[in-house]
Amino acid sequence: MTRDRLLRRTVALAAAAGLALTAAACSSGSDAGNSGDSGKPAAGASLDPNTKVTISIDCQPPTTKPAERKQWAEDVTAFNKLYPNVTINAKDASPCEEPASFTAQLKGKTQPDVFYTYFTDLEQVLDADQAEDITQYVNEQTVPALKDIDPSVLKTLTSEGKLYGLPTTNYKMGLLYNRKLFKQAGLDPDKPPTTWAEIREDAKKIAALGNGVNGYGDYSATNQGGWHFTAELYGLGGSMTTEDGKKAAFNTPEGKQVLQNLYDMRWTDNTMGATQSLKWPDLMTQMSTDKLGMYVGAPDDITYMVQTLKGNYEDYGMGPMPGGRGALLGGADYMFKKGSTPDQIKAGIAWVNFKWLTMGKGQFDYARTKADGLPVGLPQPFLFGGSTLDADNKAKAASATVPVQNYAPYLATSVPGKTEPANAQQIYKVLDGAVSAVLTDKNANVDKLLSDAESQVNQVLANLQ
Amino acid sequence: MAAISVSARRKTEPPAHADPSQGRAALRQRFRRHLTGHGFLLGALLCFAYFSWYPMVREVIMSFQKTKRGKTTWVGTENLDRIFADPDFWHAWRNTLLFTVLALVLGFAVPFVVAVLLNELRHAKAYLRVLVYLPVMLPPVASVLLFKYFYDPGYGLFNAILKSLHLPTSAWLNSPTTSMLSVVIAATWMNMGGATLIYLAALQGIPGELYEAAELDGAGLLRRIWHVTIPQTRLILSLLLLLQIVATMQVFVEPYLLTGGNGPRNSTLTVVNLIYQYAFSFNNYGSASALGLVMLLVLAGFSALYVRLSRTND
Repeated sequence: MTRDRLLRRTVALAAAAGLALTAAACSSGSDAGNSGDSGKPAAGASLDPNTKVTISIDCQPPTTKPAERKQWAEDVTAFNKLYPNVTINAKDASPCEEPASFTAQLKGKTQPDVFYTYFTDLEQVLDADQAEDITQYVNEQTVPALKDIDPSVLKTLTSEGKLYGLPTTNYKMGLLYNRKLFKQAGLDPDKPPTTWAEIREDAKKIAALGNGVNGYGDYSATNQGGWHFTAELYGLGGSMTTEDGKKAAFNTPEGKQVLQNLYDMRWTDNTMGATQSLKWPDLMTQMSTDKLGMYVGAPDDITYMVQTLKGNYEDYGMGPMPGGRGALLGGADYMFKKGSTPDQIKAGIAWVNFKWLTMGKGQFDYARTKADGLPVGLPQPFLFGGSTLDADNKAKAASATVPVQNYAPYLATSVPGKTEPANAQQIYKVLDGAVSAVLTDKNANVDKLLSDAESQVNQVLANLQ
Repeated sequence: MAAISVSARRKTEPPAHADPSQGRAALRQRFRRHLTGHGFLLGALLCFAYFSWYPMVREVIMSFQKTKRGKTTWVGTENLDRIFADPDFWHAWRNTLLFTVLALVLGFAVPFVVAVLLNELRHAKAYLRVLVYLPVMLPPVASVLLFKYFYDPGYGLFNAILKSLHLPTSAWLNSPTTSMLSVVIAATWMNMGGATLIYLAALQGIPGELYEAAELDGAGLLRRIWHVTIPQTRLILSLLLLLQIVATMQVFVEPYLLTGGNGPRNSTLTVVNLIYQYAFSFNNYGSASALGLVMLLVLAGFSALYVRLSRTND
């Protein structure tokens, strides 16, 4: 055998072996980070400081957000002073959850030990059987502010009496508006409209400014049209589904009013512009360039418009949800990967509690947030009630860096929060079609659109039973 | 030649009545001789098996399964029944067929005409070929975003041109009636370079004498194309037509980026977009796999036709 032949054979066999090993590695899934001790102390007890445990966590701020990333690192250091036995393997991501990748992660069981989800993800995560029941681990010893967390928030993370996650932030939707355009149109920027009739009138005045300025805007693609339809319906007191979640409940006068308002503003008033099929973050882009007067959104849209789109806090105001009967409530949380050891779950809960749920620490260290040049004073999150809420409000006011008075109309009106329907994305997709139709088809028939959407949603819900 | 290889093979193979130990030794010798080839073949086989065949088999299996609360059960044809009952299924197929027809009318005819023109040109051939191929070199996302800007009804380039010519403007992607055509125009612009080059290569394979003979017979440009070019490129045209059908029916990127996947009144929802939505928006891998299976069967029909035509070509 010549040296060449020997070399060729060796290379070929090594290549084949390498591929086989790669394939095996891919198929076995990674268990990195699951190195916690599987001892079984009482579940409700705090983490034993003598137990070495490693956890992986996502949603570390990316390098493009240096201040937030620095804060994360500081918090890990401070946390490790309390829990030197815990090693945190942080994974950065922006956005923290990208739905397609998240779905694939669940399917491949490759999400971190402590993983970020939206409130609406619970059903999907449970169907994939990828979250641990943490009910027995969460109590006032492990999460001292537990009694003050808004019950409606915890409800979104609970299924059949079992708790599957801890919240980190939440929002209640309202009316975002451009104060600069309000002034230019002769409107009072401290008195935003609170009904759809007022919105229509104000939108006409703003659109009359010309130069491509639209009075009102709305999403109508990638399920966000359905999401906003839901928010606007909640504002009028409607519901998307029946109490048991088995039937559509939006084919009502309120549902019709939502679509009719949009149709009238688009085609009768011509205050929404010809460019439609908008999706996140199109409306923010329009508003930050002073091309849009109003839209329905969450308070953290303001942060995005300032930090990413280079707008000014002074130019944006927030009012209550039009109609004032209900405001769509959403948010994000951390869940705990199926198969995590009790110590990993305890370590994860300790971290989430430290970083996200403790006054004066982590996200509630407003003095640090102010010193780092990040906004303080936005009406979000509002995870707590009771004494924790009072303490939060005081601390926030003491370090406020944004014009808090711009959000006074939003805060002054107490609109009850209402969570998104179960199987939200499937329902939103159907309603996306209806919203898209009234915004792109002058001959759209609102009654027929609603009735078609109702039967489609009923079919979708029946299939999910 | 065949006789030589048969006799050569006979020399290496042991006779049927040979000693078994000699047979094993010959087998080992033959295995050692082909070890390198088998090693490389194994790598390719593993790659195909793991990244192509295994996912396809899994897809077929998952088409008949349902996962709820972590438990996977066999559900027979339930997923297929469900997708057939979904109004979006028919929407998606209608739109996909519309896209395919429009993409073929534009994406098949335009590159052919361009190729013929390039072939007929005497000067600046190389420059023009580069110009025609240039859009293919742009990343698809960049091209799509460019067109998204062009199509904007408020500040887009196309409406600005129409306005300057005092012609009526269009809503382009924002109207159910024009959205699909807008997607097809963008897709054609992005992809026609490759098809044009293939046509051009086929055209240049036509013997020049045929054109000379036609010219001597007094044939003009159109008659030369009709009587020489088209008959001579018929098989290439048929093969490319089938390949384009298979490719265009799997359209995803253009409608997804231009209209968010659905478009006004679901006017640009294609089958692959619907598969994506089932899987990644609704976490319903069963329905996604079932729809993928239906798509596979349809495209397999076209592929069989392609194989048949290829054999005819050989």
